[in-house]
Amino acid sequence: MKHIAIIGNGISGVTAARHIRKQSDAQITLISAETKHFFSRTALMYVYMGHMRYQDIKPYEDHFWEKNRIDLKQAYVKKLETETKQLIFENGERLSFDVLIIASGSRPQFFNWPGQNLQGVQGLYSWQDLELMQANTQGIKKAVIVGGGLIGVEMAEMLLTRGIAVTFLVREKRFWGNVLPQEEGELVSKHISKHGVDLQFEEELEEILGDEKGRVRAVRTKSGEEITCEFVGLTIGVQPNISFLEGSEIETAKGVLVDEYLRTNCENIYAIGDCAEFREHPTGRKNIEQVWYTGKIMGATVAQTICGKQTPYRPGVWFNSAKFFDLEYQTYGWVWPKPKAEELTFYWEDEKGEKCLRFVYHRENRTFLAINALGIRLRHEVMDEWIRSKQSIDHVINNLAKANFDPEFFPRHEKEIQTAFQKQQKELA
Amino acid sequence: MLNQLDKDISISGGPPVSINGKQKVGTVIGFAGLLILALATFNLDFPHKTLWLSLSLGCIALGISLFSYGAYADKSAGIKNDGVYFKSLSSRGFWAWVLGIVLTGFYIVLYFFPEYLGLKQAGENVGLIALFDPLSKALSGNPASQWFVYGTLYTMAIIFFGIKYLLKYRHNPYQRIRTLSVIFFQTGFAFLIPELMARLNSDSFSLPYYDLKNIWPLNYYNFEQYRVDEFISAGTVGVALLIFGVLSIFVVTPILTYKFGKRWYCSWVCGCGGLAETAGDPFRQHSDKSTFAWKVERWVIHSVVVFVVVMTTAVISSYLGYDAEKYWLTKDAFLIGVTILLTLVYAVIFIFKRQELKKDAKIAATVYLAIILSLIAIHYWTGDSSIFLFEAESLRSSYGFLIGSVFSGVIGTGFYPIFGNRVWCRFGCPMAAILGIQQRFFSKFRITSNGGQCISCGNCSTYCEMGIDVKAYAQKGQNIVRSSCVGCGVCSAVCPRGVLKLENGADTGASRYAEKPIVLFQDGK
Repeated sequence: MKHIAIIGNGISGVTAARHIRKQSDAQITLISAETKHFFSRTALMYVYMGHMRYQDIKPYEDHFWEKNRIDLKQAYVKKLETETKQLIFENGERLSFDVLIIASGSRPQFFNWPGQNLQGVQGLYSWQDLELMQANTQGIKKAVIVGGGLIGVEMAEMLLTRGIAVTFLVREKRFWGNVLPQEEGELVSKHISKHGVDLQFEEELEEILGDEKGRVRAVRTKSGEEITCEFVGLTIGVQPNISFLEGSEIETAKGVLVDEYLRTNCENIYAIGDCAEFREHPTGRKNIEQVWYTGKIMGATVAQTICGKQTPYRPGVWFNSAKFFDLEYQTYGWVWPKPKAEELTFYWEDEKGEKCLRFVYHRENRTFLAINALGIRLRHEVMDEWIRSKQSIDHVINNLAKANFDPEFFPRHEKEIQTAFQKQQKELA
Repeated sequence: MLNQLDKDISISGGPPVSINGKQKVGTVIGFAGLLILALATFNLDFPHKTLWLSLSLGCIALGISLFSYGAYADKSAGIKNDGVYFKSLSSRGFWAWVLGIVLTGFYIVLYFFPEYLGLKQAGENVGLIALFDPLSKALSGNPASQWFVYGTLYTMAIIFFGIKYLLKYRHNPYQRIRTLSVIFFQTGFAFLIPELMARLNSDSFSLPYYDLKNIWPLNYYNFEQYRVDEFISAGTVGVALLIFGVLSIFVVTPILTYKFGKRWYCSWVCGCGGLAETAGDPFRQHSDKSTFAWKVERWVIHSVVVFVVVMTTAVISSYLGYDAEKYWLTKDAFLIGVTILLTLVYAVIFIFKRQELKKDAKIAATVYLAIILSLIAIHYWTGDSSIFLFEAESLRSSYGFLIGSVFSGVIGTGFYPIFGNRVWCRFGCPMAAILGIQQRFFSKFRITSNGGQCISCGNCSTYCEMGIDVKAYAQKGQNIVRSSCVGCGVCSAVCPRGVLKLENGADTGASRYAEKPIVLFQDGK
């Protein structure tokens, strides 16, 4: 029987295992050093905040794995031998495979800041990071977070629930400035500030300062300000977690290099999820995609190929979502921080400045291209269909109610949005 | 470190769990109100009962309100589950057990030893019940009973913990309106109207105590002989109420459930649901989400339905038999009617919804139908009007004891802090089971999963009070169509990615149940 080994039991590896099992009787081994069972990485924050326990963030009951004949192995892969097709674990044990899927995910990115190894300085990605954060934040009062992105804002929310004051250093002029257009970035920034986070824009970390015990006591920023703190969260991003591949035959750059079938340079070895880097992205996106949803799509795709149905990675219309404290964010299609030359955007914000929508459409042919939503839920199926079938912006605006996914009785804004759109169109004309 | 993974992270330490100043004051005032009730229970004879009762209830109301205000008012509008698993009361810690024991004890005394609360068979009440006499007399004109005391406290709990819930979910109109609805139905229909109706009673005219929204089989005693006799003897009004009771089952319920799902009752109207959603809200995360618990649920709740059907059929047929001239419905016609109805329900489900039934459901439904029909057949042909294999009266009293008192009260509510707030609704309520069958097979209601947006975080499942593993559906892009779902809407509220929406628009066909892994891979194909 064919043996398929999967390194990493995150969403990518698990999705691959499940989809292989649907179509094949092969032996499947799911390997992870992190935890025995798959848990939802995106839910780590809720464990720290006391919304859920570890067992609540496991997407499948523990008997699921045995029932589906997916063997779980909790061990750290130290080395990959491509010629013998074996994995070597930290304890020297070996495991042979016929097919290997590398889905080893990411680790927090550090930029060799002075003091980054002091006690109380950390990133947040793994279960072990969460345990460390639990230990590092006992009885403290003040934290600094570096990096204005999604993990940073989650960390800020987590710390505030424990009464720890947070200063948030953001390189850009607004929160998540390399992704969100100005208005959205400002709206989110305002929301984050309202929750008591001390947001400092255009401010970067220069150095982390320690005390005599090797524990962080302050940070110094590029502008020279010294901020006293007992904890530093480094959340400027993540990078592929592939150091165990050093010295192997597998070609890597930042991540494991793959083609559109998610194949590495070695036969029967694939890479998916956060750790994979496309030599050339099949749909023109960035070559490394570190998102839950793309990991899921890659896992499902690679399973087809492995089960004999050659299938290229074609992820369809881009979508993503997040939540900043109480503010939900959804996006469909590509909304760039600054519109491209051929794009026009229509931005609507509610009176209180707590919700907004941004529609992106083509200047000439009026094709609807993308949308950002903050504080309003949109129906994925409808948005996907509109973008895919190249509906016009006018159709989208006129049928907006069909795309609303807010719970019943929530205030609706379609009329208001339509009026504002007509007004904008007149001004443009 | 790795071998400690399965442990709760809260073991290693401490987020702030202390309460703020307003909450402290609220706690003191609320417990002062409870203390008055406790003293009354121990037969401290308060001289000015109206004053002390008002003071006590006023303190409880103010205490809960102030506590809630302190808890939520200065926090921004949004989900408030911080520290749920760190606090003793909401994570099955010491205070949860204390509360569970106190509540359970209260129910045991209430149901089985009301004399300890001061109930006197003859003469004036004493103790706690006597303290409530002024309020009872003001409403119905009669002295209080243990049920009046219970009804008053129950209604207070729904109103004031309802206010707490309103503050907690103030950002969510669905939760606000739903909570106002349960407060309204409890206060008006369950409490005030029946009490005021009792005022109409005289020597020549008497209506049974009737909470109009309490429908059979939740109201399992509605068609007992003494009530039916009272309805009939009360003339047009009484007969109208009796007819309303029957129409509620066969007309009102199916139509509303078809349009809105069982939530129209279970989380908008019902008193049991009302208490669970308000006072029980801090314990919703304790429902067991395992597939094993789901299996137990299906067997237990449907067995209760069979029990209540057999019991009610036996009870009604026994008095129809005794007094053949008194009722237009004869025993034979009644039994044949029940047989036809049950066979019809069975046939319709098997003809139209066969593909939706799992094997165990088919077997159970067939076996249960066979049992009921053979009981009716034995009863019919042996012709002994008092026998239904079991004595009708003993069936009635054991149902009342086991299901009506022990299950719904002692276990269902007493164990809120340990097993969650919907144990009765999930495992025991026959009304919920019947509405559930309608919801599963004959309703537009479902919870829609939003395409591929689920991140499997588990908030929806954790906070589902009915123990539905919501994420198991959502992460497949499948709608949630479950008979047990009471439509409280909390899964949709706690979802951090806008994935879940309660809906009753068109879409009753196969796609209501289908997996729709849209855009999961392969360009949507």
